[in-house]
Amino acid sequence: MADSAIDRLARATPSSLARRVRGLSDRAIAWVFVTPTILLLLAINIFPLIWTVRLSFTNFAANKPNAEVKWVGLRNYTRILTDPDIWQTMQATAHFLFWTLLFQVVIGFSLAWLINRKFRGNDLLTTLIVLPMMLSPAVVGNFWTFLYEPQIGLFNYAVEFFTGIPASSFSMLGSVTLAPWSIVIADTWMWTPFVMLICLAGLRSIPDYIYEAAEVDRASKWRQFWTMTVPMVLPFLMLAVLFRGIENFKMFDLVVQLTGGGPGSTTLLTSIELKREAFEKWRTGYSSAYAIILFVTVFGLASIYVKALNKVKER
Amino acid sequence: MKSHYLAATAAACLTLSMTQGAQAEDLTLCWAAWDPANALVELSKEFEAQSGHKMSFEFVPWTNFADRMLNELNSGGKLCDLMIGDSQWIGAGAESGHYIKLNDFFDANGISMSDFVPATVTGYSEWPKGTPNYWALPAFGDVVGWTYRKDWFARPELQAEFKEKYGRDLTPPATFAELKEVAEFFQGREIDGKTVYGASIYTERGSEGITMGVMDVLYSFGFKYDNPDKPYDMEGFVNSPGAVEGLEFYKALYDCCTPPGASNSYMGEGIDAYKSGQVALQMNFAFTWPGFEVDPNVGGGKTGYLVNPAGPTGERFAQLGGQGISVVSYSEKQDAALEYIKWFAQPEVQQKWWSMGGFSALRSVVEDPAFAASQPYAQTYLDSMAIVKDFWAEPAYASLLQASQKRFHDYVVAGQGTAKEALDGLVQDWTEVFQDEGKL
Repeated sequence: MADSAIDRLARATPSSLARRVRGLSDRAIAWVFVTPTILLLLAINIFPLIWTVRLSFTNFAANKPNAEVKWVGLRNYTRILTDPDIWQTMQATAHFLFWTLLFQVVIGFSLAWLINRKFRGNDLLTTLIVLPMMLSPAVVGNFWTFLYEPQIGLFNYAVEFFTGIPASSFSMLGSVTLAPWSIVIADTWMWTPFVMLICLAGLRSIPDYIYEAAEVDRASKWRQFWTMTVPMVLPFLMLAVLFRGIENFKMFDLVVQLTGGGPGSTTLLTSIELKREAFEKWRTGYSSAYAIILFVTVFGLASIYVKALNKVKER
Repeated sequence: MKSHYLAATAAACLTLSMTQGAQAEDLTLCWAAWDPANALVELSKEFEAQSGHKMSFEFVPWTNFADRMLNELNSGGKLCDLMIGDSQWIGAGAESGHYIKLNDFFDANGISMSDFVPATVTGYSEWPKGTPNYWALPAFGDVVGWTYRKDWFARPELQAEFKEKYGRDLTPPATFAELKEVAEFFQGREIDGKTVYGASIYTERGSEGITMGVMDVLYSFGFKYDNPDKPYDMEGFVNSPGAVEGLEFYKALYDCCTPPGASNSYMGEGIDAYKSGQVALQMNFAFTWPGFEVDPNVGGGKTGYLVNPAGPTGERFAQLGGQGISVVSYSEKQDAALEYIKWFAQPEVQQKWWSMGGFSALRSVVEDPAFAASQPYAQTYLDSMAIVKDFWAEPAYASLLQASQKRFHDYVVAGQGTAKEALDGLVQDWTEVFQDEGKL
């Protein structure tokens, strides 16, 4: 009988080391392997989190390391939760999240549905569609800034072509009503392919025989779509929503490049505001409290969502 | 004999190179990435040749300059030996110990602050303001002014139409009211088959743009940062009726007379709008002016330069720009950095600095009888530097700036609330900052 890989490894282990390891229980060996990872996790994730919680109850400013640090209790949290400007950034973030997710899911799923058919050039088309998500957000932000230019921008000219509204009569990035939509459009353009890819994976995981059985049962295409395709792709779709939701909650680069949070504060998302508080105003204690509130919000929402996702998978 | 001679020569060379190696430093100068910085690179070659030190440069685009460099200073970074920091950083530079104090160095090397334009000494070097405590040498004088299309103003058909409409000649505006009339006149007009617009003004949200623009107008409308008799008492000064009127004027100018989509414009966007023949008037810092003179579209006498116009009561002020050069306290090469400042302060170097496009603040350069005629914009620069005011230079400058950026952009660009509400809100924000700082 041929030696297994484990047998060969065991023979290759130096006898001195083998004697030492032989004295360890399975549990101890498991700990030996897991401990470095746990230590690393503690150092780069858990410790900063605990430290941030501690800082959130102080008036610490990182640009004044020698200044006296005072314990301020819940003052930072109270200030944040009663600040109308913070609520405005929360609203802007919610608007951005809701519409980007909706558009990306609808368009991404539709694209996946269309592309999941056998036709000539399918692979080339798929590659072309996923190109936007391979670009850097800074680059995307920069060229959408040009596309939105009222005088030379292709976007405005396309709107003029289809609607007759003069191109230079509106400014996507400068108008209070249009700017929130301009960031939604740019993000949707960039990240819809990601949702499409996940949906495509879901669609391709459905075995053909299920559809064949449905055909035998004379189920209509519409019924097949709603009772078979959608439920079977749903876990994939929900996973895509989870990924995009978390990503867009912390959206920064694309929006900074496009609008800088303006006009006024209409596209000032929470992550941009947090960065300004932490690294421009250097209100470290205050921004720590802000970060904790955001963390709890995302963590809470994600936990509820993951439970829902698991329920869908179990069905 | 020959071998002895060779050995002696080799030893001498080795000794010389070792001596030079011990003295020569690799100095890094940090500044914004813009045309004057390129001129300084050229100018500094002379210093390298004279001193044996090697100069390296770290230039950051304006929109990220404060962010990047203040982080560098706040973290005690050793990247920069010399910092040409913005005028508003001087408070933080001094109080947080980022810059070394230069008084003793100036005294020991015969550098007198009275040799520099007073406004630049106050703006770039002193902290606390008005006291003889110097943390920088004035390096680059700058101020917000206006450029206008002289060639368009000179067209007989436009002059006639303007006179008919406004009952006066189409001349460079002397007041803000006149400036708005001129901007309205050009807005949407066809010139040489192209639609042009009234004015390019600062509206940028992310860094300091809209604050620089609004302040440039507000000063001449009666805005004051605080009560001259009671520091940090801002009620009735920041939000005085004059200041409210000034802010309303700025919004009206933005609404009526800027190119479409100019909702996030600062220096670069202003330069582009003006050079491309899009606007008749342009608000911008004086550092941009040398570039216009050599531009094929707007150079060669097509551009005129204007001191900031007067407000409704005839008061006339302008927003200070520019920077001083400081030695970073975290640098391990402070002696060599001080050598650079000593070299840079020399009148002949300053003269060369001006001739290369650097705006010298040395009085012997700018008060030279030939100075005013040396460039088409030289007199405007001098007149503008005589009426400057600057934003807060407090250690909490960044927080103060963030508040004004938000309040001004919300009102001017987003059209939210009234000018009075914006300025009342600003008093509230700034009061909170000073309370946090323990100054109120």
